[in-house]
Amino acid sequence: MGELLVQAWTVARKDLVLEFRTRTALISAVVFTALVLTVFNFGRDPTAVPTIDLAPTILWVTFTFAAMLALNRAFQLELENQALEGLLVSPLSRTSLYWGKLIANLVFVAVVEGVGLPLFVLFFDVPVGRVLVPLIGVIALATLGFVAVGTLFSALVIRTRFAELLLVVILLPFLVPPLIGAVQVTARLLGGRPLSEAVGYLKLLAAYDIVFVSLASFLFRFTVDE
Amino acid sequence: MLSAEGLRHAFGEGRGQVVALDGVSFDLTSGQTLAIFGPNGAGKTTLLKVLAGLIHPQVGWVHVTGGRRAIGWIGHQSHLYEHLTVRENLLFWAALYGVPAARRGPRAAEVLGRLGMARRADQPVWSLSRGLAQRAAIAKALIHDPSVLLLDEPFTGLDLAAAAELRALLGELRVGGAAGGGRVLVLATHNVDEGVELATDVAFQRRGRFVHFAPRGGRGPAEIAEAYRRAVVDG
Repeated sequence: MGELLVQAWTVARKDLVLEFRTRTALISAVVFTALVLTVFNFGRDPTAVPTIDLAPTILWVTFTFAAMLALNRAFQLELENQALEGLLVSPLSRTSLYWGKLIANLVFVAVVEGVGLPLFVLFFDVPVGRVLVPLIGVIALATLGFVAVGTLFSALVIRTRFAELLLVVILLPFLVPPLIGAVQVTARLLGGRPLSEAVGYLKLLAAYDIVFVSLASFLFRFTVDE
Repeated sequence: MLSAEGLRHAFGEGRGQVVALDGVSFDLTSGQTLAIFGPNGAGKTTLLKVLAGLIHPQVGWVHVTGGRRAIGWIGHQSHLYEHLTVRENLLFWAALYGVPAARRGPRAAEVLGRLGMARRADQPVWSLSRGLAQRAAIAKALIHDPSVLLLDEPFTGLDLAAAAELRALLGELRVGGAAGGGRVLVLATHNVDEGVELATDVAFQRRGRFVHFAPRGGRGPAEIAEAYRRAVVDG
């Protein structure tokens, strides 16, 4: 287990160094997040639907599509000089490779969300002060689930044509359960309702994470081996 | 040190099936270099991928003493990350191959020094010429001191001088290695002029089969080329 985690961290650290050195995908995702929030801010009629009712959906649609940008680049890095082939020849276990990519993607998406959340508060003037800690908890819980599935699928599509489009098409249906849970819990938090009302959705998010992290860790080898 | 027995592997099914490996067997011990010649599509790369564990053969088995950690791979793709420096790349691959943390830096310096790349250690890979990038790829393949080196068309894209330099380097590598008794080299190429002088054993591969497999003996490039013509081109 120790060796597995050490190797996963080696892969994740390499990915993060590459990402923060080139910053291409990170800047794209951050700019994308800001633009989507701006469009939603100006593209709605605040007198028709109260902001507080729309805000959770806007937040999660934005985070979902920003995460797609991160997931797309996860294995693009490995196409450079066929580095993926080198990884597969090495003694690196497939599970370590998956976890390494998962960790790097989580950090990447967390950075994007870290920029997106203050912008969301600024544009939509929602009261997050009192619920900031549970809100961050919900974001973390939902993000883990869809990044776990997205990391698996990004490996699956990487050798195909139109990989970026294909990833969106096959991934979105799998994101529906965590998206529903995340929106529902966020709505209750922003509406000042007690967290006990959202226990069912929190359980859904936690179960999704456990099932899909385990399943993806197991299935990953079948997506990369020839 | 490196054994393959009864390897068979095909891609596709039915009429469109392509047999890439068909009954390939051999045993190689330290100091031996097997040069595999064959036309494009003969199954050379598939064989190397099977030896490296990238493809699981449908029939047969491969045994490498020391497992995956004992294998180094040099192909026409470097496996290097363009936006990392040469040293950063080597340290990354050393970590994956289980080189102890305290040994990685000195080992990288040693390999780069041996390949005449010490001055380039802190250059990003994207800034290297094709020849230097190939040397960096060799450094990457040697960072964990493998006892088996698999070479897939390593001369592709190199000019004559760089190719001659690589041949000289591979000759040196054959006698090194972790065990001290020499490495096993398996070199696959479609060009008979490349690598003949390095080989202790020669195989000609055609439609997945070894149609010729014998020690090189005293045969020179012209004799090997003639034998290749008879066995592969005319056969």
